[in-house]
Amino acid sequence: MGLLDRLAPRKSETDAPVPGPSAPAVDPVFGTKALRKFLSCLTSRELPVLIDVGPVVGSNVTFFGEQLGCKIFVEDIFADVDRHVRDGKLAALPAFLKKRFPQGSGGVDGILCWDLVDYLDRPAAQELAAELTRVLRPEGALLGFFGTAQPRDTRYTKFIIVDEMNLKHRSYPAARGRQAILLNRDIIRLFAGLRVTDSFLLQNNLREILFRKPA
Amino acid sequence: MWKRDEAVRPASGQPTAAPQPPAPAQVGAAVPRPAETGNRLETGSRLEKDIVNIGKSVVIKGELNGSEDLTIEGHVEGTIQLRDNVLTIGPNGRIKAQVFAKAVIVLGEVTGNVTASDKVDIRDNGSVDGDIVSPRVAIAEGAHFRGSVDMQRKGGSEKGPKQAASQGAASQQQPQPAGAPQRVGA
Repeated sequence: MGLLDRLAPRKSETDAPVPGPSAPAVDPVFGTKALRKFLSCLTSRELPVLIDVGPVVGSNVTFFGEQLGCKIFVEDIFADVDRHVRDGKLAALPAFLKKRFPQGSGGVDGILCWDLVDYLDRPAAQELAAELTRVLRPEGALLGFFGTAQPRDTRYTKFIIVDEMNLKHRSYPAARGRQAILLNRDIIRLFAGLRVTDSFLLQNNLREILFRKPA
Repeated sequence: MWKRDEAVRPASGQPTAAPQPPAPAQVGAAVPRPAETGNRLETGSRLEKDIVNIGKSVVIKGELNGSEDLTIEGHVEGTIQLRDNVLTIGPNGRIKAQVFAKAVIVLGEVTGNVTASDKVDIRDNGSVDGDIVSPRVAIAEGAHFRGSVDMQRKGGSEKGPKQAASQGAASQQQPQPAGAPQRVGA
């Protein structure tokens, strides 16, 4: 080995990727129990119609649209909440939510509510629950997540479907944090027009609740 | 060997004029190819693709039809129909129109319904407010979308719902990076 060879960096040093400051953080993946049941509700229908109240996630759209043949309505209510917070018009949020969903009554087979309710005040949550119940068809399913701890960070979570048993949680900044921890009885009262068919408490302190609309 | 070099050298002794860059494209017309003055230029012209571009300062109101791939950097209001071709909305493009194309790539803003027979691709910072009908839809992280997505299933490639559900989503399609190469030419 010559002197120049010794001075030159080793190949393994030059080829190894150096994570820069902009390298994306790895999103944690958590198990899910209720998603599989939610999917089975959807796949029992021909060309199901789905509402996702969260931000658009490309791979979720592909999953539901390309793989399951759903028609998906992306209605990012988190963005609406942020806009109302920034504009100082939170008092108008319940009235806004009452007119937010253009879908007809009983025209939707499934709703991905994610953890949206945790970020709403009681009046807004009641309006949202009433509207989601209205658009859901009889025997339709709603998947909701509810926190059991009060995190103080003001961040939302994008739930990215890895497979029917796993969700990737990707957080992003929010205008405000979670508002309240709802007890089970509060949740049941909130969605009074629906019945709870499955409820799971996960190790990450998230409650997954699957609702069905009575026939 | 020496004779070949002399043949390339201009007879007058003056340097050969550099190949002219292609003239700016007209709306609805392909970029003209440069005159084929030598083997090198001839080869270059073969490699070139027809590119139709609507520039930043162009505003079109009405119906836009075509049978070539099209890139829009300006403003278009009305209807765009490129049934067998690719429509690219550039980063500066602002569209308020009903769009029908074979494939639609969005890097700018689209307000209106988008129907594509092949694919709709909303890249990073791209925005669509409207309903999408296409068998394939890719939405990158950082893209904005509000509306509905309807992917008509193609017969023959269908999988059973259970099988499809167990295959997962994130592994099926990753959003393409913003800098991914895109086909603009015909």
